[in-house]
Amino acid sequence: MIKAILIFNNHGKPRLIRFYQYFAEDMQQQIIRETFHLVSKRDDNVCNFLEGGSLIGGSDYKLIYRHYATLYFVFCVDSSESELGILDLIQVSVIIVNVCFHVQVFVETLDKCFENVCELDLIFHMDKVHYILQEVVMGGMVLETNMNEIVAQVELQNRMEKSEGGLSAAPARAVSAVKNMNLPEIPRNINIGDINIKVPSLSPF
Amino acid sequence: MAPSVCLQEMIRVIRSARTQGEERGVIQRECAAIRAQFRQADSGGRSHNLAKLLYVHMLGYPAHFGQMECVRMIASPRYSEKRIGYLGAMMLLDEKQDASLLITNSIKNDLSHSSQYIQSLALCTLACMGSAEMCRDLAPEIERLLKASNSYIKKKAALCAVHIVRKIPELGELFTPSAHSLLSDKNHGVLHGAVVLITELCERNPGNLDEFRKAVPELVQIMKGLVTSGYSPEHNVAGISDPFLQVRVLRLLRILGRNNDEASDAMNDLLAQVATNTDSSKTAGSAVLYETVLTIMDIKSESGLRVLAVNILGRFLLNNDRNIRYISMTSLQKIVQTDHTAVQRHRGTIVDCLKDQDASVKRRALELSLALVSAANIRSMMKELLRFLSTCPPELRSHATSGIFNAAERYAPSQRWHIDTILHVLITAGGDVRDETVPNLIQLISVASELHCYTVHKLYRALISDISQQSLVQVACWCIGEYGDLLLKGDCDEIEPMQVTEDDVLDVLETILQSHMSSPTSRGFALTAIMKLSTRITNNIDRIRSVVSIYGSCIDVELQQRAVEYNALFKKYDHMRYLIMSSHTIMGFNSVTCLCVFSAPNVTVYEKGGVNLKLQCDNQTETAITVTFTASNSTQSDITSFTLQAAVPKSVQLQMKAPSGDVIPAQGRGTVTQTILLNNPNKASLKMRVRLSYTSQGTLCQDMVQIDSFPSPAWN
Repeated sequence: MIKAILIFNNHGKPRLIRFYQYFAEDMQQQIIRETFHLVSKRDDNVCNFLEGGSLIGGSDYKLIYRHYATLYFVFCVDSSESELGILDLIQVSVIIVNVCFHVQVFVETLDKCFENVCELDLIFHMDKVHYILQEVVMGGMVLETNMNEIVAQVELQNRMEKSEGGLSAAPARAVSAVKNMNLPEIPRNINIGDINIKVPSLSPF
Repeated sequence: MAPSVCLQEMIRVIRSARTQGEERGVIQRECAAIRAQFRQADSGGRSHNLAKLLYVHMLGYPAHFGQMECVRMIASPRYSEKRIGYLGAMMLLDEKQDASLLITNSIKNDLSHSSQYIQSLALCTLACMGSAEMCRDLAPEIERLLKASNSYIKKKAALCAVHIVRKIPELGELFTPSAHSLLSDKNHGVLHGAVVLITELCERNPGNLDEFRKAVPELVQIMKGLVTSGYSPEHNVAGISDPFLQVRVLRLLRILGRNNDEASDAMNDLLAQVATNTDSSKTAGSAVLYETVLTIMDIKSESGLRVLAVNILGRFLLNNDRNIRYISMTSLQKIVQTDHTAVQRHRGTIVDCLKDQDASVKRRALELSLALVSAANIRSMMKELLRFLSTCPPELRSHATSGIFNAAERYAPSQRWHIDTILHVLITAGGDVRDETVPNLIQLISVASELHCYTVHKLYRALISDISQQSLVQVACWCIGEYGDLLLKGDCDEIEPMQVTEDDVLDVLETILQSHMSSPTSRGFALTAIMKLSTRITNNIDRIRSVVSIYGSCIDVELQQRAVEYNALFKKYDHMRYLIMSSHTIMGFNSVTCLCVFSAPNVTVYEKGGVNLKLQCDNQTETAITVTFTASNSTQSDITSFTLQAAVPKSVQLQMKAPSGDVIPAQGRGTVTQTILLNNPNKASLKMRVRLSYTSQGTLCQDMVQIDSFPSPAWN
């Protein structure tokens, strides 16, 4: 079971927090701080698994994380999850989030500020990222890992929301881009920090 | 700022705040505006407001006033409002809050909504935070959705069912038939959900295992399909077809094949196929391969297959990728008990991983190394473990020292080796040795009588260069007190001779007493050692006397008490001093030296954690004695549930009177007394073991004290 998904930046500022087990608010913030403290101490060439967090659940829990330039994606899991599987899942989730916000990705690919834009997506559209993640992980369990399926479902849900009358104040740029969105035109190469992936098939990892 | 500004605008304003205080101010204003908006019956930007609230909640600000708004939004007919309402419920509510009951009806209605996206919101929320009552209420609906809907809903209903089974295991019966039939679905999401559900059903209730073992052929077919299928862009991850599903199926096969020959047979070929054909150059393939290896090791597989599996793990131990090395050690840890010899073959590589840069890899290597220590390899393993101790990361040190002590105790090839190992650990990592191990170490040292001289010399030399490591200080002080005469003699077979004068020894003990680095326990050890030396030295009795009397007015209450009693030994009971301070002083079960009882009117027999227990004997006849224990408490808070139990030799009769109470007031403001009548008709040598139990500052404490001599001369 996945106990929590935490996304924060290099300074420990939370960008998305999702707990799948109840914790009081101050406990949640303490967990975020402790996790950031543990994860930020790690070099870039060590393994992606961490034990020893005491707050979130004792000896059966591990932190599995990936660091992309300015963001840490941390999944806190128990022993029923495959560690390498979760590592792949984080990668898949990041790609999905980027593809769903793909307009920015497409426009900014050649721009040096690319990585910051990725973080800005999270900052300004926290609710959207939650909805996307809900299609991947539900109730602390992995729900779906087929990228195309997830992206298509997210798009349909967004359309449903828009059709009710434009309540979700997306930036104008994104709104027009969504109208123009056409899956086959997604760029074949996406650079996220130091990894290079092709869309939609995910190689090399 | 206009009240109905959108989420992005608010975020912009928050981010432009230059200080934490400014940010707080902005957020407080926003929250006030949001709160006002919530109170209005109808406002246009309702979903904006809740989204803003969830944003500030993420930053750590209170958002409980939004709970009812979530309930209202969930009941709205608009999808956009339902969506944020359900998200808010999952973030702000949990089943313990009353507000969560109010959404049960909405969830129920939305589960049968015509739009699958609204159904999916309800399913997601139920799976996240459904209470037991909600689950019971809605289980039949979920069961219906498992059978009669599209794949999108089916996969979500399956995970919802998992949550329900976790909350109310008996409801598992309801889902068992549908779970089985879901295995024939073609959609991978549904298959994944089905496998997770079946896994949960089997783990909750082993009675289900027989039923689901019938599904083994189907599961094997599914795996074969994934492994042998051609390139499928839909599910492909780095050349592996849906590795996530493969891993899930392999785990389920493990559960079904465990302890069952028939099921294990049925999956044997498949496992061999996956083990040999999976390309593990990338993470996805490695994940599948590991799962396969673990399954092979856990079921009743053929020996050839087991050998293959352990070899695969061994190969991965040598992989350059640290993730893979880490995972292979995790896997080896799981099988080290059952396949010990196989894992031993890789001991060299595992020990090398102790030197890895990565703290996570080091941790795994430490665990495994400790598990691999045996009588045959103890000498070489201990060399490696001691070498590791000097570069060990701080978070692993106390675990490492405990593990080393355990291994040494189990497999020590000789006493000398054992003592050397203990000394080495105390000297290199004495600061990380757990307090509870000190009495045990002292016990081991005292038993190795031929090595007392060697031990006390080594400890003394370590002490004069470093008094900061508390465990080292405590053990060293005890040894110096106990074997001070051997230390002062100067020569010792096994070490270079070194002249140690009485002044030198008293210098170092006094330094410990005065040092701000010394813990109260260490000070206690040092003072007791000084006192014991009064019987072992000749020239410095006055110095000792003056130290003891100085500490009679020490601020530390426990130290003061101890010093006062020692002072009494010098003054009133000098004739007893040799008897008490001789080599038969008894150790309590904690790190405080327990004195023999002697004929002072009121003697402290136990002192730890602010609790002081005194003993008084009176009303002595030839065979009867009344013993009164008085307990006091010098901590800041009251001690509760204080009880004493006593045990005496069989021939002695014991009658416990009612204690005066069970609460010891803080800061010495009151005491608890317990009287015990002893009748010793056979005049047997009287000993008593007393067990204390109490609660201090919320923690339950238990301890034991052994009292080995009572004052009546007729019985000693």
